[in-house]
Order: sequence, then C-alpha cells, then structure tokens
Amino acid sequence: MKDFRKDFPLFTNIDKQGRSIAYLDNAATTQKPYAVLQAQEEYYKNKNANPHRGAYDLSIEATKVLDDVREKTKRWLHVPIDGEIIFTKNASESLNLVAYSYGMTYIKEGDEIVLAVSEHHSNLVPWQMVAKAKGAHLTYLYLNEEGRITLEEANRKITSKTKLVAIAQVSNVTGLVSPIEEIIGLAHSKGAVVVVDGTQGAAHLAVDLENMDADFYAFSGHKMLGPMGIGVLYGKKKYLNEMPPFLYGGDMIEYVEEQSTTYAPVPQKFEAGTQNMGSIAGFGAAIDYLEQIGMSQIQRIEEDLTRYLLERLSSVSHVNIIGSSSLENRIGVVPFVVDGVHPHDVVTILNKDLVAIRSGNHCAQPLHSFLKVPATCRASVYLYNTKEDIDRLADSLKGVRRWLGYGA
Amino acid sequence: MELDELYTDLILEYSQSSAYKKPLIQPNRKMRGVNPSCGDNIELELKVDNDIIQEIGLLGNGCAISQASASMMAELIEGKTVKEAKELAKTFIGMIQKTVTNGEELKILEEARAFQNISNMPARVKCAVLSWHTLEEALGED
Ligand SMILES: Cc1ncc(COP(=O)(O)O)c(C=O)c1O
Repeated sequence: MKDFRKDFPLFTNIDKQGRSIAYLDNAATTQKPYAVLQAQEEYYKNKNANPHRGAYDLSIEATKVLDDVREKTKRWLHVPIDGEIIFTKNASESLNLVAYSYGMTYIKEGDEIVLAVSEHHSNLVPWQMVAKAKGAHLTYLYLNEEGRITLEEANRKITSKTKLVAIAQVSNVTGLVSPIEEIIGLAHSKGAVVVVDGTQGAAHLAVDLENMDADFYAFSGHKMLGPMGIGVLYGKKKYLNEMPPFLYGGDMIEYVEEQSTTYAPVPQKFEAGTQNMGSIAGFGAAIDYLEQIGMSQIQRIEEDLTRYLLERLSSVSHVNIIGSSSLENRIGVVPFVVDGVHPHDVVTILNKDLVAIRSGNHCAQPLHSFLKVPATCRASVYLYNTKEDIDRLADSLKGVRRWLGYGA
Repeated sequence: MELDELYTDLILEYSQSSAYKKPLIQPNRKMRGVNPSCGDNIELELKVDNDIIQEIGLLGNGCAISQASASMMAELIEGKTVKEAKELAKTFIGMIQKTVTNGEELKILEEARAFQNISNMPARVKCAVLSWHTLEEALGED
C-alpha cells in the first residue's frame, strides 16, 4: 500500500530520538499534504486578485478558482440540482449562518428543535440561542447503552411540533454514525427541516447529498486535509433563496441605494466580503487528493486502522473504551478513559512519547454529563496513520498509571 | 519539564488527598471554576467568619495537577484572614506567571512552591492556577 505519510511534510519533522509524531487527533484537525500547501501558494503566486471585483484577466482567473472549487465541491458531495454550496470560515460559521438566518426567521414560540445530546457545541449553542430568543423548546435525543441514536428514540422525540432537527452525521466523541437518512425521512414526514453537521462525516465517508436529502449540511475543510479558514454550507435553494443574509456588505449585493439594498442571488448573498481564496484553492486540492485515493478506499484503510485501534486499546489493562467497541457504523474516533487517571494527565504523559491524542470534553459537555464522565481521552485516525502509531499509543498507555503512583 | 518533576510524590499525595473533599454544611461563599478545554471542574466552598476562612470544601473533579493544587491551597488558606488568602493567591499566580520570582516572597506558599516549574509546561499552567483563580473570585474585590 502507498505510504501516504510521504505526502505530508509535518511527518518529516523528526525529534532528537529520531521519532516523528504519532498524530492521533484527527477529529480535531488533520495534517496537510504538499498538494494542498502548493495549491494555496500557487493561488497567491500566480492568480491572486479580488474575485468578482476586477474586469482584468487576473481577477477573472481568481473568480474562476472560486467557481471551479465550488463546482468540484458539488460534484464531490453529489449536490442535487436544487442545492447550492456556500463558503464560510468553518463548520461553526456554517451552522451559525443557518441558526441566525433560517432559525431566527422561521422558528416561532412553542416550536420544538430536536437535537442529539451528543452534538458538538457548534451545533448546540446556536440552537440554544435561537430557542431562547424565540421561546422555542430544545428536545434532546438520548443515546442507548452503546452510545447510539436509535430510531425508536427519534420516533419518540420528533413530532408534529418539531420544526427543526439539528444532528451530526457522525459524533466527534463516540465516532458513531447516526442513522441520518432515516432521521431525515422521519423529520420530513413531520414537516421539520434537518440541519446535518457533517464535520466528522465528509472527511471519512462517501457523502451523497442527493440521496441523504438533508436540508442543510455543514463541515470544515481543515478536518479533511484542507487548510484552516474554509468551511462549507450546503443548503437547498428553496430555503436559501428565501432566507435573509447573515453577513452584510460588499459582494453580496445587487443594487445599493441610500436607504435600501437588493441582494445578489445565492450563493453570493451569503458570501459577504472577500473570501479566503488561498484556503479555497487549498480546499479544492484536498478534494482532489481524497478523490484520487477514493472515499471507499479511504473507508477501507480507516476501518483497518480502527479495528486495530479498538483491539489494542482493549488489550491494555485499566483502559476502558467508552460507548461502543464495535466496528459497525463507526469511524476511527475512539473515546476511552484510564482507571484512576484524569484524561489531561494521560495526554501529558503520552506527549512525552510523542503521541498526540485529545483529552477533555471535546466541545460536547452535554454528552459528557449524559455519560456521567467528566472528561475522556480520544484517539482518532486518518488515512496516513499506521499500525505503528497505534502501537506507540498502546505502549505509552501501559506506562500511564505508574506515573500517577499506581503499581501498574 | 520532565514528567518526574511534575508527578512528584508530594504532588501525587496531595492530588489523592480527601482532606477537604466534602461539601460544607453551611458555606457562605461558593464559586465554580472550569477549564472547558480539559474538563477540570471544581467547586470551592468557604465558610468565612469574622474575616477568617474557617472551613473549606473542594468538590468537582479534575486532573492530578488541579486537584493537588486545590488541596494545597485549602491547607494554606485554612485559618487565614481574607486579606492573607488574597495575598497567597496573588503570590501563587505571580509565581506561575513568573512575575514573582523572589524566594523570600514565595516562602509564604510553603509546599505549593512545588508548582513553580509548571510555568515551563504551558499545557498545564491552567490546571495549577484554576483553584487559585476560583478562590480570588470567591473572595471578591477589595
Ligand atoms: C462534529 C463537529 N461539529 C463541529 C465542529 C466545529 O468545527 P470548527 O471548529 O472547524 O468550526 C467540529 C470540530 O471540532 C466537530 O467535530
């Protein structure tokens, strides 16, 4: 198999002991391949002008980069003809756009907004804001013993009062894939709009928005090899066309008079001001990189790594996987705890072995309250990880309890 | 900073100490402190009578560093006046921020000086100062 690590300059950094980092925090952000960095540089070296604003060739070229990456994103996600792609700065901004523009316009007093208790704060706090402002209610989908959202739970909670369902395709803590298509079907049958947080989905699964039928779908480029500072919001045009703008200013207008303005059509209506063009160019290269390998191949590679990760974690005594330790309907994100050792201490100790994982509540405090664990450790893989990275994690974990004064 | 300088016997002992880990019957000051990124979460309860900190309760949970720091703090401030406790908090936080380096000034921190080197470990600084910041908030402005 191809050694993907060679494509990522960060892994050429070697410490005094000859080690490169065992980077297992891919749910937080991923490393960037040369191709992405080069596309960013190429944009600024050879194509940089303000898109949409100049009538000269260079500006037209910059506009073409923007348009091309938008088209590429649509192809990659199988965006249906009645859908559009809006560029934002990250998933959080995409979700805020929907909350402010759709939520604040259409959610009314007494309406219900349904979300999973496992939502990332980015797909939870904006809805709390809307609910508070509008006098709507938040209703939570709770998880079964395995940490999964079940259809029974969705059937109980999604009712004719539900106006909006906000749900992650894949949880960034449990790594479990939600039965998203069934939930969308159910929500639509009750007349609710569905906002899918695809931040952990788009990077790891083949996404087909036409089949999925989500009304909105949001994610960040930086979790799928792209640069930071570029996010995506997909929306159905029937909603986007009617929604008010989120940010106002240059580039999103048609006619501006002293007292009133008409807005540009979607997507420009939602892209006020100069976009992050370098990151957009880099994001396009990230899609190319992933497509070249193929999402189904990436899923196979990650499944292999995830199987190994689950095995190795289960084999270390005093390490307990939280939620499901099954491979079914999951990506390579695995939360765990070490008996008697706080996750933050675990991460400090692993850091000495140049193993990087995350500790804390992973921007999902309600989930941790629900699970009754104050914090967890989380290891997450991507296509460039190796079994050796996972061995280093497991070996380092074996030493953790000793540092805290336990016998073993 | 090496791990054996961080997880010393002294710090481990304090991190596991349960001396103050119970709710007070009638606290008259209560304050919550959190480090959202790592999940440290403490609740500090105080009983202050006649300007003296009579009793301290430490609830919540956190990493070894935040727990040890909180336990040492509780031991230090017990029986002290509010003003003295504030002075201790200022000195401890100053030690971590490296604005107080004079050995004489630091003496009042007694065993809590064990955290002096944590300023070289940026990822853990917040853990060490959490309880002290919470104390400052609980005691309020002068
Ligand atoms: C499921 C999920 N939603 C939203 C976000 C927010 O992404 P960003 O910080 O790029 O806006 C993240 C990343 O932390 C995530 O994992």
